Amino acid sequence: MIDQLIMYLQHSFVVYALIVGVLIALCSALLGVTLVLKRFSFIGDGLSHVAFGAMAIASVLKMTNQMILTLPITILCAVLLLRTGQKTRVKGDAALAMISVGALAFGYMILNVFSTSSNLSGDVCSTLFGSTSILTLTKLDVAMCIILSLIVILLFVLMYHKIFAVTFDEDFARAGGMRTDMYNLILAVVIAVVIVVAMSLVGALLISALVVFPALSAMRLFRSFRGVTICSAIISVACALLGIIISILAGTPVGSTIVAVDAAAFGLCCAYDRISGGSRI
Amino acid sequence: MDAIKVQNLSVGYEDRTVAEQISFSLNMGDYLCIIGENGSGKSTLLKTLLQLQEPLGGEIIYGSDIRRNELGYLPQQTDIQRDFPASVREVVLSGCLSRCRWRPFYNRDEKARAADNLARMGMGDFSDRCYRELSGGQQQRVLLARALCAADQVLFLDEPVTGLDPSATEDMYEIIRQLNAEGLTIIMVSHDVAASLEDASHVLYMGERVFFGTKDEYLNREKAQALSGNGGDDV
Repeated sequence: MIDQLIMYLQHSFVVYALIVGVLIALCSALLGVTLVLKRFSFIGDGLSHVAFGAMAIASVLKMTNQMILTLPITILCAVLLLRTGQKTRVKGDAALAMISVGALAFGYMILNVFSTSSNLSGDVCSTLFGSTSILTLTKLDVAMCIILSLIVILLFVLMYHKIFAVTFDEDFARAGGMRTDMYNLILAVVIAVVIVVAMSLVGALLISALVVFPALSAMRLFRSFRGVTICSAIISVACALLGIIISILAGTPVGSTIVAVDAAAFGLCCAYDRISGGSRI
Repeated sequence: MDAIKVQNLSVGYEDRTVAEQISFSLNMGDYLCIIGENGSGKSTLLKTLLQLQEPLGGEIIYGSDIRRNELGYLPQQTDIQRDFPASVREVVLSGCLSRCRWRPFYNRDEKARAADNLARMGMGDFSDRCYRELSGGQQQRVLLARALCAADQVLFLDEPVTGLDPSATEDMYEIIRQLNAEGLTIIMVSHDVAASLEDASHVLYMGERVFFGTKDEYLNREKAQALSGNGGDDV
């Protein structure tokens, strides 16, 4: 089995998949902690549907680099959603449901009407569940992914304390003169970027798993923001690596394997928390 | 020395005025207690004073030597905080954030300031504990330490004893009394009228007619109303 793995690792597409997988897992886990704590985990789900709709348009237009279209549309929706979500929770909820289902239906429809592909359901399936796309990444895809991920990670590190303050107590932060609107806006943009990038790894429907699972697992183990953030990143990267390797060896779909590993990790963390019942920082 | 002066202020949300014609002025070191029925706009007024909300009318003038990032605030607890994974140190340090401006990390002075304020609240040994696992009274002390990291001069408290047991409540008032004695200006919203009046120097009563005066003026007014027997808002 090890030999088989080493053989696979000599192929550049496998190495690309691992690089992209680790970076995406890292970014989504870092943001996931904030999203879960702010009760915004549903936004990841909604945005991924929007990204699917945008991607459908891009593929009908036969754009070679679909990110040029999907990225701005998703960012726009993220900004709009976070805006409404702040004022009244219920309205934001309904707006989200509308946008996400609307985008999904619209995307599937135009794919059906305009697509020239002979294997339409295969295309749709791989967009939604990311079945094989990660193993067909081009050099350009990988480069885009690396650049965007590094920007996200850098922003997160530089804004770490501000993110904590905005997440823990927005009113207090604002009373101290912090421009919380600006940080929320940056957060929205970054979320959108992560989702569009992550779509190539796990597909549109499974992205929220990458955002939510590692954060929730880490919260079972640690009781401080820093502990949870670091642990969430480690869990997420480990699960992504394991998931990709399993999927290559066992021939299972990449996205759903990663999510399954994430879910299993969550189960283990819950069990550990239940058994130990301690409080670690 | 003026700390804050409010003239003919109206507060509320976009299309709804909650309270209007609020006027008062405080000197440095005063202790103002804002009382009134539920829904009379106490918390809204506090948020407007902190510039979390736009005033609908009127003016708020801060003393010339008070800077925006020197206002400390003890908000009511939110749902998010109740299960938030954060250590006490992280929470208190976040009070120093306004001192950082564009610097991304805390410096040594700010860390020392956070530790000092935590010790001042008698919570020095708790800095590695998880915030959500503390008792209600301890959580309030931590949030007060955070507010003190931000505030040098004025402290705004929104119902600081809500949900605390009697001994924690007494502790809280004692701490606030102490801070006031050390020279901080206190502006506190409370529905615990009797207890909060003990320490206050001034009272702002929010109701159909807003009343502002020293504590004695307020008590005399109460007495006069009791004697005339109408209990209304006539002054």
